[in-house]
Amino acid sequence: MAAARGLNPDVALQLLHQSGHGPLPGEPMSDVWLQALIDALVDLSSRDALTGLANRRSFELALAREIDRVARSGEPALLLTLDIDHFKRVNDTHGHAAGDLVIQAVARALADTVRPMDLVARVGGEEFSIVLPNCPAAFGPQVAERIRKRVARSPVDIAPGETVGVTVSVGGAFAPQWVRTTARLWMDRTDLQLYRAKSEGRNRCCLEPTAVPLVSAEEKGLLFAASTFQDLT
Amino acid sequence: MSPATASDPAALVTSAAGALITAVTSGKGGVGKTFITANLAAALARQGERVLVLDADLGLANLDVVLNLYPKLTLHDVFTGQTRLEDAILPAPGGFSVLLAGSGMIEYSRLTPTVRDQLHDVIVRVRPRFDRVLLDTGAGISDVVLYTISLADEVLIVATPEPTSLTDAYATIKVLATTQPRRLIRLLVNQVQRAGEARAIRKQLQLVIDRYVNAGLDKPVMIELLGEVPYDASVRESVIKRELLLDGAPGSAASQAIVAAAAKHLAG
Repeated sequence: MAAARGLNPDVALQLLHQSGHGPLPGEPMSDVWLQALIDALVDLSSRDALTGLANRRSFELALAREIDRVARSGEPALLLTLDIDHFKRVNDTHGHAAGDLVIQAVARALADTVRPMDLVARVGGEEFSIVLPNCPAAFGPQVAERIRKRVARSPVDIAPGETVGVTVSVGGAFAPQWVRTTARLWMDRTDLQLYRAKSEGRNRCCLEPTAVPLVSAEEKGLLFAASTFQDLT
Repeated sequence: MSPATASDPAALVTSAAGALITAVTSGKGGVGKTFITANLAAALARQGERVLVLDADLGLANLDVVLNLYPKLTLHDVFTGQTRLEDAILPAPGGFSVLLAGSGMIEYSRLTPTVRDQLHDVIVRVRPRFDRVLLDTGAGISDVVLYTISLADEVLIVATPEPTSLTDAYATIKVLATTQPRRLIRLLVNQVQRAGEARAIRKQLQLVIDRYVNAGLDKPVMIELLGEVPYDASVRESVIKRELLLDGAPGSAASQAIVAAAAKHLAG
């Protein structure tokens, strides 16, 4: 019997109760019940309390998994980082409760706009990241733009009869295919694009330009056509 | 420096009086870019020019290796505020000055706003003190390389007759043509096997550019041949001995070709 092992689940149960979790299945302290408790705690510790999105911890775990997958499969994966524009202004003008409502509304807009396989996380105060596995390079700009527009056209109710318009700046970069990058490098590249989006006037998306083959086969053909140096190759 | 000037670095750099700034780039690595830059600088210095070579290969600098210099003070120290610019400018063998990138510059291999401002600032400050500044850029067409080139008055592309080198040289020219207003690009062909080979290469490059690049431009990009340096066993020897070719084998064909290229560069 678990109680005999000296386990004390009281604080854990309080925490779950406070977060709105329902009763656990099975006989209290049974194996089924304990496993459910562990699962519920794991879920709790991987979510952001304010928005219910993945928190920074689980985001970093997901990012590491995605890096591993891309290195093995060569599938394209996109990382987006979003920051609410002039968020401090919302806090200063309307108060922190309004700020929280804005963050929650943006979180909902993001979660509603992406595919089920994508991971949306709140990684900082007003900063979000989205990992998009298997996202072809050609679709990157469309996806980012769709998210930006969705936020821009959804004003947030902060008080009865009072709404504020919210916009986000979006930076993005694809993981290098077939190559094992690091989370730090990938996030840095994305941050650089976010910085670009901010400095270019906010409420816009900047994706790192993808390397397209610069020189076509046709151009190469002509470039090497000179008989003068053909025999040297 | 005020933020207003930092927002338009190229305009400020080119409007200031002082040295002619030449960015030396190659697209592909391993074509002898740094070797050519160092010896070209020595040849220019012999003509009485005050020459500075600035190691702008921020990620993977090797000018120090070519010149056999182990400086205590580098561009990295200037960027991080640990030394004054004038203390990091060192005399190099060959009678020119160098500003070496130094280790630790890996943090600067990405074009962040800090790197932009600091690189720009350094170039503005060295310009009045020299007649010629050669910027030894990194290989590839990264944003740092493109930005460094944008700070220069002119660009010199070093290539070899190898197809991979020509492809990368062409790709570099193509990117420059579409992202910068520059329309004259100088070419130096290294390791040529036959006299006159560089002329044929220039002609072919120009042909491809005319067809695939210039067609979409209002003012065409022109490639001008600065010179050709023949394949020469003494080059390998001096590289391994880590001395300037102009010092180690002044009579060699390659050495004379570099002196000739320097003379042409001086003539404009």
